[in-house]
Amino acid sequence: MAVAAIELKNITKRFGTKVVANKNVCLTAYKGEILSLLGENGSGKTTLMNMISGIYYPDEGQIFINGEEVVIRSPKDAFKYKIGMIHQHFKLIDVFSAAENIVLGLEEEGKYDIKTVTARVKAITEQYGFDLDPNKKIYEMSVSEKQTVEIIKVLYRGADILILDEPTAVLTPQETQKLFAVLRRMREDGKAIIIITHKLHEVLSLSDKVAVLRKGEYVGTVNTAETNESELTEMMVGKKIDLNINRSEPKDSVDRLEIKNLNCVSEEGIKTLDNVSFTVRSGEILGIAGIAGSGQRELLESIAGLQPIESGEIIYHNPKTGKTDELRGKSPIQIRELGVRLSFVPEDRLGMGLVGNMDIIDNMMLRSYRKGKSMFLERKKPKDLAERIIKDLEVVTPSAQTPVRKLSGGNVQKVLVGREIAAAPTVLMAAYPVRGLDINSSYAIYNLLNEQKENGVAVVFVGEDLDVLIELCDRILVISSGKVSGIVEGRGADKGEIGLMMTKVDGGAESGC
Amino acid sequence: MISTIFAFINAAIIQSIPLLFGATGEIITEKSGNLNLGIPGIMYMGGISGIIGGYIYEHSTASPNAALCIIIPLLSSIVGSLLLALIYSFLTVTLRVNQNVTGLALTTFGIGIGNFFGGSLLSFFGETGSISLIKTGQCFKASLPFANKLGLFGKTFLSFGFLTYLAIIIALVTSYFLNRTRAGLSLRSVGENPATADAAGINVTKYKYLSTLIGGAIAGLGGLYFVMDYTGGAWTNNGFGDRGWLAIAIVIFAIWRPTTAIFSSFLFGGLYILCIYIPGLSSSAKELINMLPYVVTILVLVIISMRKKRENQPPASLGLSYFREER
Repeated sequence: MAVAAIELKNITKRFGTKVVANKNVCLTAYKGEILSLLGENGSGKTTLMNMISGIYYPDEGQIFINGEEVVIRSPKDAFKYKIGMIHQHFKLIDVFSAAENIVLGLEEEGKYDIKTVTARVKAITEQYGFDLDPNKKIYEMSVSEKQTVEIIKVLYRGADILILDEPTAVLTPQETQKLFAVLRRMREDGKAIIIITHKLHEVLSLSDKVAVLRKGEYVGTVNTAETNESELTEMMVGKKIDLNINRSEPKDSVDRLEIKNLNCVSEEGIKTLDNVSFTVRSGEILGIAGIAGSGQRELLESIAGLQPIESGEIIYHNPKTGKTDELRGKSPIQIRELGVRLSFVPEDRLGMGLVGNMDIIDNMMLRSYRKGKSMFLERKKPKDLAERIIKDLEVVTPSAQTPVRKLSGGNVQKVLVGREIAAAPTVLMAAYPVRGLDINSSYAIYNLLNEQKENGVAVVFVGEDLDVLIELCDRILVISSGKVSGIVEGRGADKGEIGLMMTKVDGGAESGC
Repeated sequence: MISTIFAFINAAIIQSIPLLFGATGEIITEKSGNLNLGIPGIMYMGGISGIIGGYIYEHSTASPNAALCIIIPLLSSIVGSLLLALIYSFLTVTLRVNQNVTGLALTTFGIGIGNFFGGSLLSFFGETGSISLIKTGQCFKASLPFANKLGLFGKTFLSFGFLTYLAIIIALVTSYFLNRTRAGLSLRSVGENPATADAAGINVTKYKYLSTLIGGAIAGLGGLYFVMDYTGGAWTNNGFGDRGWLAIAIVIFAIWRPTTAIFSSFLFGGLYILCIYIPGLSSSAKELINMLPYVVTILVLVIISMRKKRENQPPASLGLSYFREER
């Protein structure tokens, strides 16, 4: 057997006295091999990789590189051992160019000359088949380009061990395929690649071996060729779970929201929504597909009253009064009171909807504090609600009094969606509710949305995984550069067709992402 | 008329030098993400420390040596400024105290220290009167020997003490450092996004400390210039006035670029004394003209925030503390 490129033995990491992020983890990666690291939310995958890349320092255990024991105390040490990490949240400086970001922190011999750097970056992009302009500023780049910069950054440093944390979470199917092609080329080049993901079909199609973590503990490593989705899921969760989404036929569907000729312009004067019209019906899930940044956010925000509208109408058919209301011009609170709920989950999960430093109960109260009759806050009901959400949605938290920012991503999302659902909405809008979540939490969220649909709620679901959209939604609205390129039936929809509609360009204006 | 204009330019440059030292120091500091509002205090500190050093030396010997007359105040000024900058760094970087509060407190503290020693230094040595270091002042003011032989041009542009040229050289070197060196790139990255810099293996704490210390020392030279060259070795309480704040305004006006800061300082220096050169102004009109630098700064702030050009924005993490293990 060849010597392992990197080997971890009995790694343990604690945060404070209570949280054990990693416990006795062992892991081995060989050169010319792609290893997937699989695990549930908060199972400690990222923490483990952060210890390899020198961001954290393990409390116990040993790390071996090429058979020799090493101590990695800082990112600098990690570079020294040719370890490169591509983080889930890109670590790039927005106002720097790609080349400047790539050379940042590097102590090379000789004078610093950005032209030489640019030439070397070009050489790397050609070698592996990347598509990148080294002089482009990061803030002008799409997500996929930024990721390319991150990957070239570690290659420029001569990394032999590459760690990718959820690299496909933000990519389109086409971009993902491109990335995988590059990764395979690196594997042939003799690099050891560790990829953290929880999209099982990616694990199966890309990697040679799969290592599984569960609640910070190491479960085992299996060869990809000898396993399958359900076995991996079982290793990950510790029990069998159902991977099917039960899609029921919409019942007694009536029009709930009518969007007519909606136009929005961003602060920079760019048209974000261009003549968008569609209908949302009760008892069905309307999916919205599109490349990130095609106007999904603006669309949901304008319905929720958070975004100024240039022109157009948003008509709400109120099931209680039987009348129609014009939502445009109403305040977000008035819209919410009508039963239109937005559980918006942007890239930064805590950015909207929840306050990171407040505990779960206080976050529940954000929606209910106006209701109390006395001048003092009523804490009893929010506390019950918080405890119910923790129990029903299996939120992993030490207590209801834990600040939300201390929870892992999936648990934050559960709290947010749970709170919005608890208000018994008539329209529920969810944007990327499963972004960055593992399979178990994702299915928990899908089931929640399905439940709402069966209760007659009109659900709007903005998603990025086309497979899921096709499996979950009754109808799928495809938008491209702020325009509706079409609405397709979810049942029997074709992935390739939707992919083409997503990139359809009207009027020659290419979308930014 | 011509001679008045040249006299005005000359006076504007003289006025601009403390501002330029302060602005360059603050730019270096802010590029690391530290918004040091203690700069006005540090400049007072730099001034009084220079005075103390010069006073002790000039009174310890009958015939002061010209080189030592410069070196001793220079070093003591730098030590004094470093001390305050070190307090600022320790509080904001190591203890992560709010930067604004710390900076404002340091300004009050620095001005207080300056006025305390300025008022009582003589009495410690059993003397009376006011501080006046004639010999030291002369050394600092000494210009190039051939300057006065070059007519109006020489008088206007070459008749300054060495600190004037040093200010401009430091600004130019700073610009080169920030844009053309590895360490400059690292420093800018710390101010933009310390987490990214940290992940890239850059020692964020070291950069924050060093840039605040070096920036403080440079800003302190502005105070030294004022007491030694501008006033010729004399101290008056609160004499330095609000120049420290003006220096911070220049940082914004120059959109964090040291080379732009040079011309901005000349402009602000000119505006600072403009009212003297416009004959027949009422006292209220004078006050309005004195207001000009600040009005211009506000206008620049409005314009850069309207144009939204990313390169012209302040360092993204300016004013924020960096926690590494925050999850």
